[in-house]
Amino acid sequence: MTENNTHDHYDHEGSKLGMWLFIFTELLFFGGLFIVYAVMRYKNGTAFGLAAEELDVSIGAINTVILLVSSATIAMSISSIQLKKTKLTLILLATTLILAIVFLVNKYFEWGAKIEHGLYPGSESLEQLGHGEVLFFGLYYFMTGLHALHIIIGIIFIAVMMVKVKNGKLNVNRFVQLENAGLYWHLVDVIWIFLFPLFYLIA
Amino acid sequence: MEETKEHKIVSFKTYIIILFLLISHTALSVFVTQIDLGNLSVIVALSIAALKSLLVFSFFMHLLYDKRMYAFMVAGVLMVMTLVLIITFLDYGF
Amino acid sequence: MISYEFIHKFSDVIFVGLFFVNNKLLKTMSNSSLPNYLEYKGKYKGIFAWIFSTDHKRIGLLYLYSIMGFFIVGAILGLLMKFELIAPGKTIMEAKSYNAVFTLHGITMIFLIVVPGIPAIFGNFFLPILIGAKDVFYPKLNLLSWWLYIIGAAVAISSQFMNGASPDTGWTFYAPYSFRTQSNVLPALIGAFILGFSSILTGLNFIVTMHRMRAPGMKWLKMPIFPWTLYGTAWIQLLATPVVGITLLMVVAERVLNIGFFDPALGGDPVLYQHLFWIYSHPAVYIMILPAMGIISEVIPTFARKAIFGYKAVVISTLLIAFVGYFVWGHHMFTAGMSGTSLFAFSFLTFLVAIPSAIKIFNWMATLYKGSILLRTPMYWAVSFLFVFMIGGLSGMVLGALSINVHLHDTAFVVSHFHFIVFGGVGFAFFAGIHYWFPKIYGKMYDAAWADTGWIVFFFGFLLLYTPMFYLGIAGMPRRYYDYVPEFHFANILSSFGAFIMIAGLAIIIINLFRSAKRGKKAESNPWAGKTLEWTIGSPPIVENFEEIPEIK
Repeated sequence: MTENNTHDHYDHEGSKLGMWLFIFTELLFFGGLFIVYAVMRYKNGTAFGLAAEELDVSIGAINTVILLVSSATIAMSISSIQLKKTKLTLILLATTLILAIVFLVNKYFEWGAKIEHGLYPGSESLEQLGHGEVLFFGLYYFMTGLHALHIIIGIIFIAVMMVKVKNGKLNVNRFVQLENAGLYWHLVDVIWIFLFPLFYLIA
Repeated sequence: MEETKEHKIVSFKTYIIILFLLISHTALSVFVTQIDLGNLSVIVALSIAALKSLLVFSFFMHLLYDKRMYAFMVAGVLMVMTLVLIITFLDYGF
Repeated sequence: MISYEFIHKFSDVIFVGLFFVNNKLLKTMSNSSLPNYLEYKGKYKGIFAWIFSTDHKRIGLLYLYSIMGFFIVGAILGLLMKFELIAPGKTIMEAKSYNAVFTLHGITMIFLIVVPGIPAIFGNFFLPILIGAKDVFYPKLNLLSWWLYIIGAAVAISSQFMNGASPDTGWTFYAPYSFRTQSNVLPALIGAFILGFSSILTGLNFIVTMHRMRAPGMKWLKMPIFPWTLYGTAWIQLLATPVVGITLLMVVAERVLNIGFFDPALGGDPVLYQHLFWIYSHPAVYIMILPAMGIISEVIPTFARKAIFGYKAVVISTLLIAFVGYFVWGHHMFTAGMSGTSLFAFSFLTFLVAIPSAIKIFNWMATLYKGSILLRTPMYWAVSFLFVFMIGGLSGMVLGALSINVHLHDTAFVVSHFHFIVFGGVGFAFFAGIHYWFPKIYGKMYDAAWADTGWIVFFFGFLLLYTPMFYLGIAGMPRRYYDYVPEFHFANILSSFGAFIMIAGLAIIIINLFRSAKRGKKAESNPWAGKTLEWTIGSPPIVENFEEIPEIK
C-alpha cells in the first residue's frame, strides 16, 4: 500500500524545511566534536600548537578554496535551473562534482603522507610525541574523516541530482531537491570553514 | 497555511562577489595567523571563520531571501550549541 | 546461573505472535463506505501489508507491538533482578550475570521503549488525525524509521548472542570502562547509534508535519496539547540525539582505533565523556516525559468535561521544559569531580526546570477543579500519574540539591526516583493513553472491570516496589549490586513482593486488552464525548483519516 495512499503533493517549502532540520542535526553532530576539540585544546594548548605545524597550510588552503568554489557553483546551478538553462545547470553541477573529487584526492595524499610518517592513531611514533599530539591527531583523523565521509555522501547526492536534471525530473517547476542538495553541500563547506583554521592555522 | 512565495533567483554576479569575499577572507586568515598574536590568533581565526560562514548561510543558503523562520531557526540552533559549549566550559575554565 | 538467552527467544516468539494475532483479530466493521485502515487491502498481503505499509496508523501499531514485545522482555529482566535481591548474597545469579542483566534491562527500557515509546506509537497514530491531516509529511521516511528501529534493536540485542560476555557497562557506557571491558560493547553501541537515527527521523517528520499539514483554520495556538508536546519533543530529538550519536561513535573509535579522547592513559578525559553522554541523555528524559504530559493533558480535560485550564501556559511550559531541559545535564555528575562553578550552575538550572513542570501540575489540578469528573479507566491512570509524577519530581529536587546528592548519589534512592519519573511518568501515561484511545484504534471496547482491576493491582504493586527503595537509598544501599548487608533485608523483601504484584497487574492489563481487541464489544466513534478531531471520525479510522479535510473554526 505504499504508493496508493501517499499523496503526490508537492510542497517545496515543506521539503526545504525537512532539509534544514536535517542540517541542524548535522550541526549538532559536529557540534559534539567541536566541544571535544575545545576542551582538548584548552587542556593541551602548546602541544596542539606544535602538532598543527605538522600539517601543510597550503594543502589546507587549496582545499578550502576548492570547497568554496564548488559551493558557489552549486548555488549558481540553482539559479540556472530557475532560468530554464538545463545545460548550464548540468555544467555547473559537474564542476561541483569534479571539485569535490579533487578535494578528496588532495585529502588522500595528505593522509597518506601523514600515515607514512607514522602519524596515525595507535602508532608508536605518535605515542612517543606525548598526549597532546596523540589527541590532536586523533581529532584530526576523526573530524576530517567524518567530513570526508560527508563529502562522499554529497558526491552521490549531486550525481543523483545530475541524472534527475538530465531526464527532466527536476525542472523549473520542481527543483527543491536540487536546492536541498545545495543546502547539504553548503553545510559541508561551512564545517570545513571551521576545520581549516582549527587544525591548520592556529599554531 | 501560507502560500509559498515566489522563489527569488539570485544573480550569478552576487554569487561571484560572495565567492570573491570568501576567498579573500581565507587568504586573510592564512596571513594573519602567520603573525604571532599569541592567544589572540585563535580568536581572530575563528572570527574570520564565523564571518565566512555567515556569508555562506545568508547568500549561498538563501537565508536572506527565504522566509524569516529559517533564519530564526538557525539562530536558535546556533544559540543552543553555544550555550552547551559555554556550560560545558564552566567545568574547565572556571 | 540464570540464562537470559531464553528470554530473548521467548520475546521473539511473543513478537511474531503479536503480529499473527493482530492480523487475525482485526476483522472489524466500518461505518464509512471507505475501508478502515485495518481492513484496507493494498499492494502487499499478510504481514507485508503491515511491515511495508506507509500508513501512519499501521506504523503506529507496528511500533506498539514491537515496543510491547521488548517491554515484556525488559520487565522480565527487572523481575529477575528483584528475585536476586529478595535475599542477601547469591539468590539466583552471580554478580556478573547481575551486571549483564541490569545493563540489558537499562538498554532495552531506555533505548527501545521509553525514548521512542509514546511519540512512535501514539504520535504516529494520532498526530496527523489531531491536526486534521491525512498522513505525516514523509510517509516513507516514517516507515524507514520503524525499520531502523528494528535493525538497531536487533544489532543491540545481538550483543547477547555473540561469543564472549554480554555487555556489563550499564546503559550509560561510561568511559573508560566501556572501552576496556572485554564484553561485547561494540554491537550495543552501534545498535544505540542506529536507534538514534530512527528517533531523529521521527522527530524531523513530526516537525515538518506540524509546520505544513495542519488543517485549514488550525492555527498554532489551536493545536491540541498532545501535538504541542510532540513538537517540543521532536526538537529535542533533533538537537540532542546527534550529540550522543557522535559520542557513541567516539567510544567505538576508542575501542577500535585507540584514539584516546576519553582515555586518561593517552591524555583523554573520561569526565568529558560523561558531559557528552548526558548532554543527550538528560534531554532524553524530556523526550520521554513531554509526550506523556501531552497524553495527560488530553485525558484530564475529556474526563473533567472542561477545556484545559490555561492552555497557553501549558504550551509555553512545554517549550520551556524542552529548552531549559537541555542545559541541566550536569546534575548526573555532581560527584564526578566537576568545578565548583558548574556544580552551582547545574544545581541552579535543575531547580529552574522544576518550575514549568509544576505549572503543568497546577494546570491539570485547576482543570479538575469544578469539573464534572467522569471516573473511567483512563482517568484512573491519569490521576495516579499526577501522584507518582509528583513523587518522582519532588525526589528529583532532593537529588538536585548538591549536599544531599553526595550522600544519595548512585544509591537505590536514585533508582527509585527515576523509576517514579520514567516508569511512573511514561508508563502511567502510556496506559492512560492506551485505555483512552483503544476504542479508536481497534473499534472495540475493552472490559472496563478488568481494566480497573489491572490498574489498582499495578498501582499498588508499583508503590510497594519503589517506595522502600527511597528508604534503602537513604540508608545507604548502593545501586547496581547483586548483594547487600542484612540490615536491608526487610525493605528488599517488600520491594520484591511489590514487583511480583506489579507484574501481575501488568499481566491483567495486557491480557484484557488483547482479549478485548479480539472479542470486545463494538465501540462507538466517540465513547468519552471527547472534543478533539480523532473523535469526529469513525472507529477504526478510514485509511486516510478524513473523507474531507476538516475546517477548524
